[in-house]
Amino acid sequence: MGIGITELTVRIVVLAKQVPDPETPPSQFKIDESTNTVIPPNGVPPVVNGFDLTAVEAALLLRDSGADVEITVMSVGSDFVMDAMKKPLAMGADRLVLVDDSGLDNIDSAVTVRVLAAAIEKDGPYDLILGGRQASDWDQAHVTLGLSEVLGLPLVSLVQKLELNGDSVSLQRVIPDGYQTITAPLPSVLTITNELGEPRYPNLRGIMQASRKKPEIFSLADLGISSDDLVPKLELKKLYIPESNKQVELIEGEDEADSGKKLALRLREEKLI
Amino acid sequence: MTSILLVAERDEQGEINQSTLQAIAAANGLLDAVVTVAISGEAPASASALAVEKIVTLAVVSIADEGIYDQATAEISALVESTSPEVVIFCKSDFGSIVGARLAFRSDSAFAADCIEISNDGGDGVSVTRPVYGGSALAEFEIASKPAIVTLRAGSYEAGNETGSPSIEAFDSGASVEQAASVTGTVAEARDGVRLEDANFVVSGGRGLGGPEPFSVLTDLANALGGAVGASRAACDAGWIDHSHQVGLTGKSVSPDVYIAVGISGASQHMAGCSSSRAIVAINKDADSNIFKEARFGIVGDWEKVLPSFLATVRELKA
Repeated sequence: MGIGITELTVRIVVLAKQVPDPETPPSQFKIDESTNTVIPPNGVPPVVNGFDLTAVEAALLLRDSGADVEITVMSVGSDFVMDAMKKPLAMGADRLVLVDDSGLDNIDSAVTVRVLAAAIEKDGPYDLILGGRQASDWDQAHVTLGLSEVLGLPLVSLVQKLELNGDSVSLQRVIPDGYQTITAPLPSVLTITNELGEPRYPNLRGIMQASRKKPEIFSLADLGISSDDLVPKLELKKLYIPESNKQVELIEGEDEADSGKKLALRLREEKLI
Repeated sequence: MTSILLVAERDEQGEINQSTLQAIAAANGLLDAVVTVAISGEAPASASALAVEKIVTLAVVSIADEGIYDQATAEISALVESTSPEVVIFCKSDFGSIVGARLAFRSDSAFAADCIEISNDGGDGVSVTRPVYGGSALAEFEIASKPAIVTLRAGSYEAGNETGSPSIEAFDSGASVEQAASVTGTVAEARDGVRLEDANFVVSGGRGLGGPEPFSVLTDLANALGGAVGASRAACDAGWIDHSHQVGLTGKSVSPDVYIAVGISGASQHMAGCSSSRAIVAINKDADSNIFKEARFGIVGDWEKVLPSFLATVRELKA
């Protein structure tokens, strides 16, 4: 138990993934087809998956509302870039726990879930596990979902608002035409959606504090897992950039207003309107 | 023989929905396919003509399970356990994404989400293709273990015309589920006009609009076309329009006849939600923006000058 942590503290684990910056311009997005990997663009460092930062924001909002929370950010992988991974700390999270092992290169989500589950169990008691709705690299959205199955915990996805009430949590879950209100017990696993709001920017004080914090690091061996046990279920055969064969027909009138008129007439000609 | 279990979903009228019919076409495209369709509740009349081997009806999932899907996951897990299919196909919907993932991790099976292609003619297992990096790249995976559990993106396959005469049987899982999280209510947000997902015309606005006010012009245009208003994530995150209008990877998927993108740069994350539209029309000041690579018709120009005359002409044509 850390300093200031009591029996009543709600311990929140936020899952975070390091990804290539999704804002990388398309012209710089390149793939090495011999290794089926993305070539890291020059001068564009990786970032924490933006959807996961929204989950960090959700935890921080609970603290802002007066709840006594401890926020632990957890990630699984190799080649972590600390400037990126410390961003949640700079936003206000308390701890950063990394499972950092070269055996975790190129893993699939089944392996990720297994390792995360082991790390969460080892790290100690927890009350809530939060994840972003998906990762911006492989666009898989199921690590958090899978974790609920492996840990045997209730799952609520697409949460846009949450409120702690003693030993339960009141949630709003986004649906196509509104939202559901849901009550879930603690501990539960939640995926947070971007309707929650933009993650906050770290302030200077947060950045200073984060720079002094050291991540706590587990290896696979610490978790009692051998990398030989980690067999991916999906084998990547080919990664490639699809060719676009679309040719746009640009409508050009005498001026922009005329272009607008011509566009409507052209769409009618094609029987589209 | 390749045994395939396909989990059907219904539309608002209770009929088998379009995504399911597309998934049936995908399943029938597999080598030596023998397809079973699972559906909750009594099968609609139209199901008796589906081009599949068998229809299995499951217990109706209770309202309190909607969105949580504990009961649905238990029912389908039991069905998979008792029938051992080699492939399980879900639609990439809220239901399919959640139940598919939970089923896979519960049974320690392979899971591939949001696939646009599935085949089994290349050897032992199943091969799937899915967009990654927000649609900037495609990844092809091989799944050797069984069952392979996948969700299929809507619009990836065209529904077939074939019919069949499947047998229909009920499946009683005997599963009892103690639901830990529970739905206590549903709050509907007001919507004017057509549902975005069902609209034949979608007029979407992005960062290039510069603020919330221009969405009223887009609404006028959508109304004139009998369509709905969409938006990019940037416009929603800026608070210019409600997130329920968001089109894209993390918003809604639409496939209208005409998708009009106004002031949208066309990031692959956005295109993931609208690329199956019949025709994309782009109006953007920046001739280099990505949207023109995806569009069939485009105007390089200021939307403020283009839209009024476009709207006026649409109204004349519609009159």
